[in-house]
Amino acid sequence: MNLTLKIWRQSGPQDKGQFVTYRVSDISPDMSFLEMLDVLNEELNAKGEEPIAFDSDCREGICGMCGLMISGHAHGPEKTTTCQLHMRSFKDGETITVEPWRAEAFPIVRDLVVDRGAFDRIIQSGGFISANTGSAPDAHAAPVPKTAADRAFMAAECIGCGACVAACPNASGMLFMGAKITHLGELPQGQPERDARVVSMVNQHDHEGFGGCTNIGECSQACPKGIPQDVISQLNKDLRTALKHGR
Amino acid sequence: MTDNTTNPTGSSADSAAGSFYGGMYTEGTKVADHKAPDGPIDKKWTRRKFEAALVNPANRRKMSVIIVGTGLAGGAAAATLGEAGYHVKSFCFQDSPRRAHSIAAQGGINAAKNYKEDGDSIQRLFYDTVKGGDYRSRETNVYRLAEVSANIIDQCVAQGVPFAREYGGLLDNRSFGGVQVSRTFYARGQTGQQLLIGAYQALERQVAAGTVEQFTRHEMLEVIVDGEGEERRARGIIVRDLVTGEIETHLADAVVLASGGYGNVFFLSTNAMGSNVTATWRAHRKGAYMANPCYTQIHPTCIPVSGEHQSKLTLMSESLRNDGRIWVPKNREDCDKDPRQIKEEDRDYYLERIYPAFGNLVPRDIASRQAKNVCDEGRGVGPVVGDFRRGVYLDFADAIKRLGRAAVEEKYGNLFDMYARITGENPYETPMRIYPAVHYVMGGLWVDYDLQSSIPGLFVTGEANFSDHGANRLGASALMQGLADGYFVLPNTIRDYLAKVPPSTLKEDSPAVVEARKAVEERTERFLAINGERSVDSFHRELGNIMWEYCGMERSEEGLLKAIDLIRGLREEFWRNVRVLGSADTLNQSLEKAGRVADFLELGELMCIDALHRRESCGGHFRAESQTEDGEALRHDDEFAYVAAWEFTPPSGEQEGVGAGMGTPVLHKEDLVYEFIELKQRSYK
Ligand SMILES: Cc1cc2nc3c(=O)[nH]c(=O)nc-3n(C[C@H](O)[C@H](O)[C@H](O)COP(=O)(O)OP(=O)(O)OC[C@H]3O[C@@H](n4cnc5c(N)ncnc54)[C@H](O)[C@@H]3O)c2cc1C
Ligand code: SF4
Ligand code: FES
Repeated sequence: MNLTLKIWRQSGPQDKGQFVTYRVSDISPDMSFLEMLDVLNEELNAKGEEPIAFDSDCREGICGMCGLMISGHAHGPEKTTTCQLHMRSFKDGETITVEPWRAEAFPIVRDLVVDRGAFDRIIQSGGFISANTGSAPDAHAAPVPKTAADRAFMAAECIGCGACVAACPNASGMLFMGAKITHLGELPQGQPERDARVVSMVNQHDHEGFGGCTNIGECSQACPKGIPQDVISQLNKDLRTALKHGR
Repeated sequence: MTDNTTNPTGSSADSAAGSFYGGMYTEGTKVADHKAPDGPIDKKWTRRKFEAALVNPANRRKMSVIIVGTGLAGGAAAATLGEAGYHVKSFCFQDSPRRAHSIAAQGGINAAKNYKEDGDSIQRLFYDTVKGGDYRSRETNVYRLAEVSANIIDQCVAQGVPFAREYGGLLDNRSFGGVQVSRTFYARGQTGQQLLIGAYQALERQVAAGTVEQFTRHEMLEVIVDGEGEERRARGIIVRDLVTGEIETHLADAVVLASGGYGNVFFLSTNAMGSNVTATWRAHRKGAYMANPCYTQIHPTCIPVSGEHQSKLTLMSESLRNDGRIWVPKNREDCDKDPRQIKEEDRDYYLERIYPAFGNLVPRDIASRQAKNVCDEGRGVGPVVGDFRRGVYLDFADAIKRLGRAAVEEKYGNLFDMYARITGENPYETPMRIYPAVHYVMGGLWVDYDLQSSIPGLFVTGEANFSDHGANRLGASALMQGLADGYFVLPNTIRDYLAKVPPSTLKEDSPAVVEARKAVEERTERFLAINGERSVDSFHRELGNIMWEYCGMERSEEGLLKAIDLIRGLREEFWRNVRVLGSADTLNQSLEKAGRVADFLELGELMCIDALHRRESCGGHFRAESQTEDGEALRHDDEFAYVAAWEFTPPSGEQEGVGAGMGTPVLHKEDLVYEFIELKQRSYK
């Protein structure tokens, strides 16, 4: 395959940045999208041009490190992570634009790399169950109904990639946050801190500069793990309950 | 049984002079673990915990611990030490601790809970692990691992880890990797992810509480070791802020390396792109012994390489071998045919043929080695990569006929989908293709029972140490070890050190600090100054090929000697001809890779030397000169029942300086004494 790539280049946070056009040829449809960028980077390096910076680590769709806006779609045209996208999803001769996540809460570090530290800070604000090491009762002390366990698991599949934020016109982090609220809220262990958790996380979310949710649903469409929008309803419900309890 | 071992050229003759294989290494004094207390094996850990000194809660805040790595081993330790009140500094090179490579583990985590009442116990898990490691691990450490395993599950459940459950609400278990009891806890195919998120959340809670300082996108490039002789201690690290390029000094009372495994020395592996050896190799260069570096685990069911562009390999769960049948064409001419057109009598179900008793369920190393053998014979399938086809069929046609498509889909649907996504082929219709890939390393820095390395104050946990898996690791035991080390072992042993260590007088301008910092700066400058012709990746790929070819599943003296030669040549070229563009004061991913590959180029040589000296087939690796008459692995307990702990020697004289490589390593043996378990040869025929 031969392709034209319009890639966002930005030398650092202060730089304005711009699209630069590259051409790649002889791309195998079996390559992953990131391997295609590896090939381009090798060519750039050979020509004496600095390679394009982009993030990836596991390249198996689980660590959440990768994430590119590909022709306007977070993680590209398929429902998967950027690293699991393969070139057979594109047509020979196609022009592809490649951009970083764009959101105020995710400042650009360089080229296609952004800073998602805001997600860590949201978790710090309450996305955990306080259980010091060594203090745990036997694992069978509290059975968890299978339906609750399965729903908790479904929500816990979130990989923290940030595609939901990048896809949302409001750059909202509600899907990410709703997933955590749902994961911990479904479990008996998560109950004692349930009210406090949702209030602190929502405050931190707003403080980081993420936008509000207006039920557009792009987040769930873009989510490589298929986190459903109803986790946001759960979040809203938990928030109302917490406020009622006077938190 | 005959021993086909040939006398290595010059080896025994040399040994009197203390140098082996024409000066490849020398032998030093023996090492031993002095920390495991005497007494019955089931009392040792309790006793050690009791005897380890305590640190008064009021003093803990003043004591600082650096932890490099936020995987299961590092994340769990940072959270736990933070909870205890120590001042912890946690480092990782990813943009968030949650992305550590542990996240990718699929299958599950073992624990001797015996929830299934099927006869499991601490003793049995201990026994299975020692046997699985082919009698090359330390009994005391393994027993402790089995002992604390049950606590791990309790801890994780308390944190909200959503393990699979049965309808009654209790935890589900499965049997994994050929063991006879169901002791594996799992969270669908994402166990590593769920365990890591649990540890990560516990860690973030401590960040919020102010006990842990978190440094993401920071890479450790040197360890600071201060003092001489008995007074020598690890006192800090030098890191590079990967975003700003700033070189920073961090001092502490103790340093923990939980930096994961080095499987990426093979370039292609199932490890994450960033997994590397730098943290442990830098420590090795400063005096920490590297133990059994050649012990690598190669996993048989990975998706094969599709072309030269391949950047990493993807593992598929071993459970596929329960129902899939492995075969290749009998005749080479059939290798490029549509497999469905190949007649039954023209197929070679080679595992079923060679191992009728175990068939497709032979252990990982045997399945891997036989796959390589048939491909080397020219009977592999799939695309030609390099000069031959690297793949064998894993066929579900019979299973679909027997169980129905729906049942197969129910069991393996997600794996089939993943396969289809990556290869573009439909495994319900054409047989899958698989090939072995490097997956895990049992080797790592040598540690004693306290998980302390040969540098006092430097502790090593998780895959980065060598401690528990001997020459081969059982499935679902790496997660167990990482969390055992992190939650339960290290926090108890490091306090003994912290309680006794004299306060540091080290300052940013002390000689040990200045020297470590200067070394990092010079190396960084050097990478950028070489401005040669070849990319870092091209060197890495070439090194990987050498390692795979000569230090992979099957090793021979001739091959290893050749590999050492090739690696030395490649390393020399690297330092002369690598091209790293850009600057040191921004995010520069080529520069990051250059540092990692430079260290792999040294590690690779030590791995080959270790493999060369171990003239036996054991665990995950097969030594061509040590096999039985019918071609099976032959272990030599009389000669090799020891841990090979290697000491680094700097290059001599005129070669000194950045990139000069390494001198002749010194071998220290730790004898493995089996008091509680009897040694036996494996047999799967
Ligand atoms: C695909 C796959 C599947 C697996 N499945 C299973 C399974 O089912 N069951 C099982 O038990 N095991 C499994 N394993 C093995 C297991 O996942 C690993 O051995 C284990 O997770 C390693 O954990 P760790 O904490 O030691 O290191 P890692 O999780 O690798 O963490 C290393 C950490 O160190 C940091 N780091 C490294 N170098 C530096 C540096 N120089 N400076 C700063 N930070 C650094 C990294 O940022 C990272 O945070 C699997 C492995 C793979 C590859
Ligand atoms: S909710 Fe989905 S899109 Fe958002 S961070 Fe989690 S996995 Fe990514
Ligand atoms: S690189 Fe890990 S999810 Fe894509």
